[in-house]
Amino acid sequence: MAVATETAAPAPTRRRGRPEQRPGLKRWLPYALLAPAVLLELFIHIIPMLVGIWMSFIKLTKFFIANWSSAPSAGLGNYKVALDFNNAVGQGLLKSFGVTIAFSLITVAFSWVLGMAAAVALQPEFRGRGLVRTLFLVPYALPAYAGILTWNFMLQRDTGAVNHVLDQLHLSDGKTFWLIGGNALVSLITVAGWKLWTFAFLTLMAGMQSIPRDLYEAASVDGAGNLRQWRNITLPSLRPVNLVLVLVLFLWTFSDFNTPYVLFGTAQPPAGDLITFHIYNASFLTWNFGTGAAMSVLLLIFLMIVTGIYLLGTGRRSRRA
Amino acid sequence: MRLRSLVAAVAATAIGISLAACGGGDKNGSSGGSSGDQTLTYWASNQGTSLDNDKEVLTPVLKKFTDETGIKVNLEVIGWNDLQTRIQTAITSGQAPDVVNIGNTWAASLQATDAFLPFDGDAMTAIGGKDKFVPTALATGGKEGTDPTSVPLYGLAYGLYYNKAMFAAAGLQPPKTWEEMVTAAKKLTIPGKQWGMALAAGSYTENVHFAFINAAQNKADWFSADGKPAFTADGNVQGVLRYLDLMQQDKVANPSNAQYDNGTKSVNDFATKKVAMVINQNNADSSIVANGMKAGEYGVVPFPAPAGGEQVASHVAGINLSVFKNTKHKDAALKFVKYMTDATTQSTLDKPFSALPVLKDAKPNFTTDATEAATFQDIYNTKSKPLPLVPAEDQFESTVGKAMNTMFAKIATGGTVSADDVKAALKTAEDQVAASS
Repeated sequence: MAVATETAAPAPTRRRGRPEQRPGLKRWLPYALLAPAVLLELFIHIIPMLVGIWMSFIKLTKFFIANWSSAPSAGLGNYKVALDFNNAVGQGLLKSFGVTIAFSLITVAFSWVLGMAAAVALQPEFRGRGLVRTLFLVPYALPAYAGILTWNFMLQRDTGAVNHVLDQLHLSDGKTFWLIGGNALVSLITVAGWKLWTFAFLTLMAGMQSIPRDLYEAASVDGAGNLRQWRNITLPSLRPVNLVLVLVLFLWTFSDFNTPYVLFGTAQPPAGDLITFHIYNASFLTWNFGTGAAMSVLLLIFLMIVTGIYLLGTGRRSRRA
Repeated sequence: MRLRSLVAAVAATAIGISLAACGGGDKNGSSGGSSGDQTLTYWASNQGTSLDNDKEVLTPVLKKFTDETGIKVNLEVIGWNDLQTRIQTAITSGQAPDVVNIGNTWAASLQATDAFLPFDGDAMTAIGGKDKFVPTALATGGKEGTDPTSVPLYGLAYGLYYNKAMFAAAGLQPPKTWEEMVTAAKKLTIPGKQWGMALAAGSYTENVHFAFINAAQNKADWFSADGKPAFTADGNVQGVLRYLDLMQQDKVANPSNAQYDNGTKSVNDFATKKVAMVINQNNADSSIVANGMKAGEYGVVPFPAPAGGEQVASHVAGINLSVFKNTKHKDAALKFVKYMTDATTQSTLDKPFSALPVLKDAKPNFTTDATEAATFQDIYNTKSKPLPLVPAEDQFESTVGKAMNTMFAKIATGGTVSADDVKAALKTAEDQVAASS
């Protein structure tokens, strides 16, 4: 998409020097320029998505994957299995859904608070600000796999840096399990938050650049403290940025696959069983792609509903304001 | 975004199949006969100490095959974490190699996909006849009463490795029963210094093998005669619990073992003398030696059953060789299978890969320790039971194995797992398998 807009933009400037252009050419040129992007979008997103939806209605188990056209229709069977909460598969999906909701909400809140704090702290000019800003961007610049794998090493029980530091500070006996059992969720949130907060920081910092300085000056003349300024100037001015930021952060964390996949490997604990990872296991480990596809479609529907409600709700309020 | 890419990935695979299906038509026309330039693609599993080591070992062997037949072989060695997914993708997309190594426990599951060439009368004759194989090894090739879709390549069996010096120092004899093993392990557990045993308790593939072996010692089965999962039988529950109790009740294994997600980690603990015993397949030999332990410093006995139990010490473990049905070089592929399973190649490869012979009348040569070789050969030939040869076997591995991971994690983090808990976990696994079959 971005490619299309970039190529379309310079067109008028190029035309300026030339005499009249044939009207026929003018009519199809925009379409021709858009065509590659549309085709790619079609082949990369739309068609696979439709195929995915279609897969959720057939019985695509290992008996049929070598010749998928012979797979019998499952009707709503795959959805029934996924949504039957008295059954192990449905229960597993429900639990994983719960874990994912908790994970997303906490991770988004954590990333936002940290990003906001850092953005505010780096707002005034001081020596070395550029250096600190660059440093803060490291988690975002680091390849996800390398970053998460490093966390995996640090969170090991016997050899990990985290337990070593806690032990040296006498905060624990240094024998805490971080990657199995209940602590797995804490680790997962920490790692996902660490990866994500810089994005929040970057976005909020960019947003703050557009707030006029004189607003703050006027406020401090009126005797408003830092907190008051933040609440009454910074926060309202950043509202449009925040709306998009929170939504994007939520969608990203909710469908995070890399973090649990790399952090836990094949031994994922129930406390860290995020939904996309759960679906991957449900389809790839058991060779049951129909049910996996049904679960993906359900997830898609859920995210669409959440996004729709969020946009409607926030859109109405901002029109009123 | 990531959800979309996941859906897209799955769907793209589906499109891949449709394209492959379209292209499949010409395959019948052009296959066979062509004596021109033939190149086979061969996916080998990781048997040596590293992927590179496998390549080094196999390259001269494959070159000899090329010299003899003029057929080139394009080798790729694939690690165990990826192999099953790679095979799955190959089946789904139709973009498959010609010949592939599989874990023999997957044989019946992969056979069910109908993507592999059955070794029927002609194909079996082409590779040298079924009589050359050890019958129990060949039996792992597919569902009983069908033409197998894989033939044995390397044989493996579990054994209980023990540190001779530690046993001598404690005045212990190698254990003959489960009870003796636990007593010895308790005596050899010295807090803060060493543990009696190391378990790969975070590896679902290892865990499920012990679920199977311990249940087999209780004379219990995981599948009914008609192939339906029957996980909650009492013998299965007790068998799983007995294995879990090594960490829970007997406390002879480090709780950290719950994070050991592959067998190499527990073998390394044994090789570096942090633990007195480890249960592993005979390919542990190369890792043990690579970690500095000398051949004479450890001994091997069969993994013992409880007093009065069935003498099952292992499943019939190993690697099988399969040919993809849609290969364009069927004759060449069969020649290759014949070459890989002939006596000379077998004896060349068994040594570096620490494998047991799958051919009748062949002598094990993976170790210079004659007693060890005899012990393993005896376990493989007389004390091994094949894993259930049913299409749902792979689901049995992943569901029961993962349930055991979770139970070990609970024990390691201070919880307790009772027989009822085991039964509930196995019931969940059974429901999962039933839902997708």
